[in-house]
Amino acid sequence: MDALLAPLGYDFMLRALLVSSLVGAVCAVLSCFITLKGWSLMGDAVSHAVLPGVVLAYLLNLPFVIGAFVFGLISVSAIGFIQSRSRVKEDTVIGVVFTALFSLGLVMISRVSSDVHLSHILFGDVLGISQNELWQTVVAGAVALGAILILRRDLLLYVFDATHARSIGLNTGFLYAALLVILALTIVSALQTVGVILVVAMLITPGATAYLLTDRFSRMMWLAVATGVLSSLLGTYVSYFLDGATGACIVLTQSVLFGLAFLFAPKHGQLARRRQQRLEREAELQG
Amino acid sequence: MSAPALDVQGVSVAYGGGRLALRNATLALQPGRICGLVGMNGAGKSTLFKTIMGFLPPLRGQVQVFGEPVRQAQKAGVIAYVPQAEDVDWDFPVSVRDVVTMGRQGRMGLLRRPSAADRDAVQAALARVSMTDFAERQIGELSGGQRKRAFLARALAQDARLLLLDEPFGGVDVGTSEAITGLLSDLADSGRSVLVSTHDLGTLETFCDDVALIADRTVLTVGPTAQTLTAGNLARAFGGRSPLHDPARIPERALEVR
Repeated sequence: MDALLAPLGYDFMLRALLVSSLVGAVCAVLSCFITLKGWSLMGDAVSHAVLPGVVLAYLLNLPFVIGAFVFGLISVSAIGFIQSRSRVKEDTVIGVVFTALFSLGLVMISRVSSDVHLSHILFGDVLGISQNELWQTVVAGAVALGAILILRRDLLLYVFDATHARSIGLNTGFLYAALLVILALTIVSALQTVGVILVVAMLITPGATAYLLTDRFSRMMWLAVATGVLSSLLGTYVSYFLDGATGACIVLTQSVLFGLAFLFAPKHGQLARRRQQRLEREAELQG
Repeated sequence: MSAPALDVQGVSVAYGGGRLALRNATLALQPGRICGLVGMNGAGKSTLFKTIMGFLPPLRGQVQVFGEPVRQAQKAGVIAYVPQAEDVDWDFPVSVRDVVTMGRQGRMGLLRRPSAADRDAVQAALARVSMTDFAERQIGELSGGQRKRAFLARALAQDARLLLLDEPFGGVDVGTSEAITGLLSDLADSGRSVLVSTHDLGTLETFCDDVALIADRTVLTVGPTAQTLTAGNLARAFGGRSPLHDPARIPERALEVR
């Protein structure tokens, strides 16, 4: 028993649990919009594309969130620019742009110095988060969460039916840009916890799990937050015993929850669907 | 005289590429009237709707709604638009009530929380299209006709002065079709203006004050139903470019009218 409670005796563990659950909550809320909008690849792209920004921020001695945020915006602008001026399909453009920026980041790291811990940027290091980084994470996450909550209903309408949103006078161009900026900010806030490579899981898995569990958006948000926070807490806790790989533990927990929902969700899970199909067939055979 | 509800002046648009999708189209609709938009598939009916809504920017000409530019009218919540086929994800986690409430969203406050008046308007719109019993259903659980009615209810809840309905009768049963014509007449009686496209020439006279014939990407003619729905005009709209075209090619329904 004492061994199980031991992690809670350390400040760094409490801090990690706090930060990762905050990040889990913010990502989960956004994930509902990202999955419904079909922007998973965009999330993956922006998260990889921030790498050069993080390195540059280190070189210029700036807060890492600023460098990452700027490069997040650069990547989405480049994607939009190229897509509107060429015949290449959107997912292709996204792939081209983010791999280019990610590679640029890798080259920069190899040229710069060994002080930048590549693995920390790529995979996160929430157990070793500094006070400074913690504040940057909290501020970026809080701003993103605030923006989503304020724009929540307009973003939902935009994601569901942009034509109608425009018809009733909403500024869909603004909502598109707002969603991208919020995406970049959220990714930035999650960097310390899960790193560049796994951020995308935080941005889609909770939303995907919740989507299997309900047909109502507000409930979907709460369920996503619940699975996101639970995964962050469990993953961080387990990683204490593994001595690392916190981000991966969090993502794995999310994946397990998704798997459970996929199988056992009351209406949209595999078992429920099979049962439903069997009942329909039997009713038809008898009728 | 007050400004027309809808004023389309010599509008031409293109979808990209060289070919025009609409050529010099002109059409005016006075307040409180229902105008049926009739023409063959591909004549440009849906394109005209999208142009009026500003989704396709005009190369020439202009569109005004109650004397204002379209965008301004949209921001004022004056125009409701129901596209031919709702291009939405039917698995989206929203109920019928959620969708209808979205009709009111333009007029809600900063956080877009529905007020009591909004909820009443949604309830009334649902009742008007006989969808009250289905209000809590997820939209994918509806039949084709019910989906149409749900989105019609959203336009009603918006309480717009001008309604643009693109093929509301497409793929619905006779009951729903009659319910929609009754609804349109009520709207016109309360001073709303309606532009509605349809294939069904047989019922046009029963509920349209005006008819606009559209062919080969432009408005051939527009005017009061009785004067406009002549065999000659229909031949021009449905029989090809030449007014002297073989009448055998006019659809049977078109001939039944006169």
